Amino acid sequence: MFKMNVVRTLFALGLMIGCAQGAQASLLDQVQKRGFLICGSNPGVPGFGLPDDKGGWTGFDVDFCRAVAAAIFNDPTKVKFIALSAKDRFTALQSGEVDLLSRNTTWTLSRETGQGFLFAGISYYDGQGFLVRKKLNLSSALELSGASICVQQGTTTELNLADFFRGNNMKYEPVNFANAEEAVRAYEGGRCDAYTTDASGLYVERQRLTDPEDSVVLPEIISKEPLGPAVRQGDDEWFNLVKWTLYALVNAEELGVNAKNVDEKAKSDRPEVRRLLGFEGNFGEGLGLGADWAYRIVKHVGNYGEIFDRNLGEGSPLKIKRGINALWTKGGLQYAPPIR
Amino acid sequence: MTAGSDGLSPFKAMKLRRHPALEFWYDAKARAILLQSAFVVAFVALAIFAFIDVRANMEARGIATDLSFLGKVAGFDINQSLIPYSAASTYGRAFVVGLLNTLLVAAVSLALATVLGFIVGFARLSKNWIVGQTAMAYVEAIRNVPLLLQLLFWYNAVLKPLPSPKQSLPLPFGMFLNNRGLFAPAPVFEAGAVWLVAALCVSLLAAVAMRLTPKRIKFATPSRAFFSGVAAALLLVLPLAAFVGAGTPVAFVQPELKGFNFVGGVRLLPEFVALVLGLSLYTAAFIAEIVRAGVEAVPRGQREAAAAIGLDRADADRLVIAPQAMRLIVPLLTSQYLNLIKNSSLAVFIGYPDLVQVFAGTVLNQTGAAVQVIFITMAVYLAISLVASLAMNLYGRRFALVER
Ligand SMILES: N[C@@H](CCC(=O)N[C@@H](CS)C(=O)NCC(=O)O)C(=O)O
Repeated sequence: MFKMNVVRTLFALGLMIGCAQGAQASLLDQVQKRGFLICGSNPGVPGFGLPDDKGGWTGFDVDFCRAVAAAIFNDPTKVKFIALSAKDRFTALQSGEVDLLSRNTTWTLSRETGQGFLFAGISYYDGQGFLVRKKLNLSSALELSGASICVQQGTTTELNLADFFRGNNMKYEPVNFANAEEAVRAYEGGRCDAYTTDASGLYVERQRLTDPEDSVVLPEIISKEPLGPAVRQGDDEWFNLVKWTLYALVNAEELGVNAKNVDEKAKSDRPEVRRLLGFEGNFGEGLGLGADWAYRIVKHVGNYGEIFDRNLGEGSPLKIKRGINALWTKGGLQYAPPIR
Repeated sequence: MTAGSDGLSPFKAMKLRRHPALEFWYDAKARAILLQSAFVVAFVALAIFAFIDVRANMEARGIATDLSFLGKVAGFDINQSLIPYSAASTYGRAFVVGLLNTLLVAAVSLALATVLGFIVGFARLSKNWIVGQTAMAYVEAIRNVPLLLQLLFWYNAVLKPLPSPKQSLPLPFGMFLNNRGLFAPAPVFEAGAVWLVAALCVSLLAAVAMRLTPKRIKFATPSRAFFSGVAAALLLVLPLAAFVGAGTPVAFVQPELKGFNFVGGVRLLPEFVALVLGLSLYTAAFIAEIVRAGVEAVPRGQREAAAAIGLDRADADRLVIAPQAMRLIVPLLTSQYLNLIKNSSLAVFIGYPDLVQVFAGTVLNQTGAAVQVIFITMAVYLAISLVASLAMNLYGRRFALVER
């Protein structure tokens, strides 16, 4: 693991030598020339990002990468996925090993100003919670004083955890692991009284326990975790492309355009729909893409709501409610700037 | 005269035409110095160029390139620290915590591996068939399973199935064992403890003084028994007397089950125990082989010669065989020690907060200072390894052949 980091860092060094600004081809050009997108995704959080035995990937964050590939190549399969744990993801993005990081990563100030990234938006509004064993009979996270808590290192999770206990004047023992899998295994083995991560991750990990009924999620949400795709700073064209891919997904849902009706909607008279699908104006041009960029996205991967549903919502085993991730028109927070 | 016209190869022809100003070129030593300095200059220039360039590129992306992150607040907690540390401490302090945890686990494992390694090594040499075969089975079993698997075994298969704190296994001396670790009473020193400390100091000084006493005096027949008596008195009786005399000034705080965990007392984390077990059992197998090889490499004639001059077996071992075996053992031991220190970074896989886990893991991630953190980490391991080899080399000198 340390060796991997050393390799990544040296790789980053190598890239940074001689890649004077402007001298290099834009990332979009590079991706087009290469013929596929390289996307950093989750090593194993079902629903968000998960490789199957055949190397095929599924998940909410995975589908976002497919949407970007669809916009560029008109082919959602032109993506190479790289599994990145929380700890390895930033070095991988910094070093240029991936074009795009799409794996439940929280948007924070220091990740933009200190690490040199830009977040393209918020694809999932989340918050941190606790998973505990039922037999402890706890009803609140405030009863966790003195507990041992398993947590994944290199995350906002371990920082929020420290804040929460410090702020409430409680003691605890953090047990830090490099991967979610190890942290959960330690929780299951009894090393910890609680496991903490983003609430979305808690639903997922609970399902994966040998006996999910033995554990419960405590009611408190102790932080804001706005999760979204991130890119390196320094290439505005690429940043815009990724950002507007997300907005196209959300706008499509708002306009009622989905994978099934997208061809029919081509006949729509609504100006917003015509602009989205490229029949009026050429908005793809400014992104370095064709006029039908958003049409390709919706045609191949569906709109935001469809992606949510099939990976996390009713159409999935997780059955996560849309909650604050509903459209703003339906009482949620998902809101995209207009395409015009 | 053109090269080759006189039948000489062009190379030789050139050689014939040495220019006086280039004379130095034909001096192997001068040429070596020149070429090497040119190489060093080119390398340094390249490094400086790369450094400036990388810095500019990193800064253009808003990535910090200096070490100021070490002074910023860390914001995360660590569950084992030899110095006071909290989430409000700095990244620099987190670095020290990780470093000390690495040194602690390395030092403890090193000591255990050495003791066990020597015992197993001697056992392999034993004439007793069962003892020898058992030792061999141990060595073969341990050496042929990857260390990481062994660590995961100790951690997941042995320590985690231990009972929860509520069902802790009580051990002698008020200790408890559960899946949160090993808990023992912690000594608390009261005012009278100064006497105990003073007595211990005196004993220690005396021990050093005796060690420095020339053998000639120490082992002269009449003083031998006397010396042993004084030694025993100083090392055992004096501190004991001080302890009782000062009214047993050391109290013990018992660990107590409070809420989720035991509080009070001292605690060994399961991660620490698993790492120490894994590292020391693994390294001991290699050390055992080194010890066996070292002893077997001493020619048989040496033992016969020792017997011929009237040394008994113990004296022959101590005065003739051991010094010669050690001369072979020490350098090989050094490389095992260095391996152990490096292997301690496997800590990340079982959640022990060593330097790599805390610094190259969490700190790197929270700050994004990947380049700085990786270089510091590599430099630290290099420094630890250099110090360890230096110490071993100094120790090895004791067994060097002395020409008289
Ligand atoms: N949102 C947090 C934590 C993200 C995170 O790493 N979550 C865990 C649990 S949902 C995960 O994805 N683990 C997968 C792995 O790294 O093995 C952050 O950005 O720091």
